[in-house]
Amino acid sequence: MNIASFAPLAVVLPILGAALTFMLIRHSRAQQAVSIGLLSLTLLLECLLLAHVWDGGTVAVTIGGWLPPWGIVMVVDQFSSLMLVVSSAVSLAVLVYATGQGMADGDHDAPVSIFHPTYLILVAGVSNAFLSGDLFNLYVGFEILLTASYVLMTLGGTGPRIRAGVTYVVVSVVSSVLFLISIAMVYGATGTVTMADLALKLGELDQGTRTLLHVMLLVAFGIKAAVFPLSFWLPDSYPTAPAPVTAVFAGLLTKVGVYAMVRTETLLFPGDSLNTPLMVAALLTMVVGILGALAQSDIKRLLSFTLVSHIGYMVFGLAMSSVAGLGAAVFYVAHHITIQTSLFLVTGLIERRGGSSSVDRLGGLAKLSPLLALLFFIPGMNLAGIPPFSGFLGKVGLMQAGIELGTPLAYALVIGGVLTSLLTLLAVARVWNRAFWRRPSDAEHPDPVLLAEPDEDAQADGQVQGEARQDGGARRTGTLLTSRTSATRSATLLPRTMVGSTLGLVALGVALTVFAGPLFGLSDRAAEDMLDRTPYIQAVMGGDTVVPPVRTAGGGQ
Amino acid sequence: MSVNLTLLIIMGALYACGIYLILERSLTRVLLGLMLLANATNLLILATGGYAGLAPLYSKDIAAEDYNDPLPQALILTSIVISFAVTAFMLGIIYRTWVLARRDEIQDDVEDLRVAETPSFDAEDDAEIPAETSEFPLTMLGGDGRDISDHRPSGDGGRAAGTATLVAGGREMPAEDAAAEEKPGSRNVEPGPEEGGK
Repeated sequence: MNIASFAPLAVVLPILGAALTFMLIRHSRAQQAVSIGLLSLTLLLECLLLAHVWDGGTVAVTIGGWLPPWGIVMVVDQFSSLMLVVSSAVSLAVLVYATGQGMADGDHDAPVSIFHPTYLILVAGVSNAFLSGDLFNLYVGFEILLTASYVLMTLGGTGPRIRAGVTYVVVSVVSSVLFLISIAMVYGATGTVTMADLALKLGELDQGTRTLLHVMLLVAFGIKAAVFPLSFWLPDSYPTAPAPVTAVFAGLLTKVGVYAMVRTETLLFPGDSLNTPLMVAALLTMVVGILGALAQSDIKRLLSFTLVSHIGYMVFGLAMSSVAGLGAAVFYVAHHITIQTSLFLVTGLIERRGGSSSVDRLGGLAKLSPLLALLFFIPGMNLAGIPPFSGFLGKVGLMQAGIELGTPLAYALVIGGVLTSLLTLLAVARVWNRAFWRRPSDAEHPDPVLLAEPDEDAQADGQVQGEARQDGGARRTGTLLTSRTSATRSATLLPRTMVGSTLGLVALGVALTVFAGPLFGLSDRAAEDMLDRTPYIQAVMGGDTVVPPVRTAGGGQ
Repeated sequence: MSVNLTLLIIMGALYACGIYLILERSLTRVLLGLMLLANATNLLILATGGYAGLAPLYSKDIAAEDYNDPLPQALILTSIVISFAVTAFMLGIIYRTWVLARRDEIQDDVEDLRVAETPSFDAEDDAEIPAETSEFPLTMLGGDGRDISDHRPSGDGGRAAGTATLVAGGREMPAEDAAAEEKPGSRNVEPGPEEGGK
């Protein structure tokens, strides 16, 4: 009985937490304690799982003792456990942030108390999707997280959120129906929905049926992952949700789609049959996404577009179906979850401090709140891929793999990737210049909050820097008074828990840079195992299963 | 494997109607379309189970081929529950849209329209500045917004000095005001009606 047998707890604990917090709906303190406690416990368990499979080895847990081709299995390998750890760490940070926001705004109203149970259900759905070794169970995981996300997206029920929610729900339901149709077809063709068994049986089908099933699954996951022609719902629906909700959606939901695509490409349909269309889709996702980002003036919308754009990098790594490319893609997914979430959290802080998330209305934030500027600057540069950061390392990994592959299309993608990276830098730098660097009075429509405060804050700064400016006695008392009021005000504007959790997430992003070596080793081993398929299939179907060789049309692995 | 043709035809009709309905702009029709799609998919899953057979309750006397395949039915049950939840939620959203907007239609995204209508030139950089096209030395504003122009009387007589006016936006206004209005972030321009964020 090893630690991996406890893998289902990663799903069960959050659901248990959801039930408990639902019962404690009138006691917000207890709710917070329960949800943060249980999520921390889940994170701890997932860290142990990751440690268990760190050096290799895939563990399958059969639920209820039903053996694989019939029963439901959960599979822990390096990729799924890495995703679990990163996603839980991110969702824990967002939960703390949301709790801080709730406490700062002093809500005792009903709709927000539903937040904790729904959020935990979302986490359970994400864990279920990552762990699932069964296509239908993957669908159920998707549905759990989507249904929770519908509620979170429309939290509060204001006009814009309902409008965005309608688009989001309809698109998600259509993609789920597509997924269900493809499951039905897969079942009709092979008679099984266990992924390891499918990996064996799908290979025996003729090429036409295989391609049909493959395309249907990819389209269904492509909608969820927001790959180019299917990505237009995302920037439309994400920005209106509350900041923590957008942050967790941006970090996790699209990555679950990417995860499912990776499993489809490596386990179910190995080889390079659809690599060319995938590469074209990746290129278009990158370029179209980032061009959309450049047109935006609202930071949340801009970040939603960069989110779409950077999905392209992951699809690029996946489409190369080489160990180097897939390994870099795995690393990039982990990096991007952390960075994108922290950027959305910082945007939430900017909105609190500056009164708006539109760059036309912001200005001078670097002087008003240097910490906020730092919190934006680090993940911003990380997203753009400036050298010391993990974004750079991930992109370099992808470029290397692309050049190794050496086809004209791969070179086009490498060039597109560099271009996208530069344009991301431009988009982030524009936000930086306008929201942080210029004087508030230079903004097109400066927010009153920013215009009102320079005097007070200048005095507060003087207070911090020393007594230099406090020469006159009368002026000194006045300064002290105003600085105190401005201090209490900025405390409610930027509550310590919110800044702290954002800081934690930014630190995690930096840690990904510092420990990039071991992480790259891990993701390369994960990529090797996924492309080999033998460890996964033998872990589920038994050690003596013969894994058929992958049919490739040439190139590839 | 034999399949029930009637069920397949019904399934096709449901898909066709469902797809037609979700392309409508009216939310109620979209919801109906989604329900039809979900039910058509349930029929599809049922069809993948193959031939009809006996209930899968194990008995020694029955040959294995005579049983029905129970898995598709379990899948359908799950999918019915899920589509029930989604339908209930959609109804809630539609009701809320009705309460807020009194319309049963998908609303436009205001920010999206604003970005789409934003002209490609930046008013700050590209707009023609009438004050500078004049050959007369008009008012100049210093960094602090004060008038620093030299009011030497020009050859044409005192028109350019002090109370110089120019035509802007169909009305005549003092040049000093016009110049101030051109300054980025000017406070005599009303903030736009659009909102950032919420």
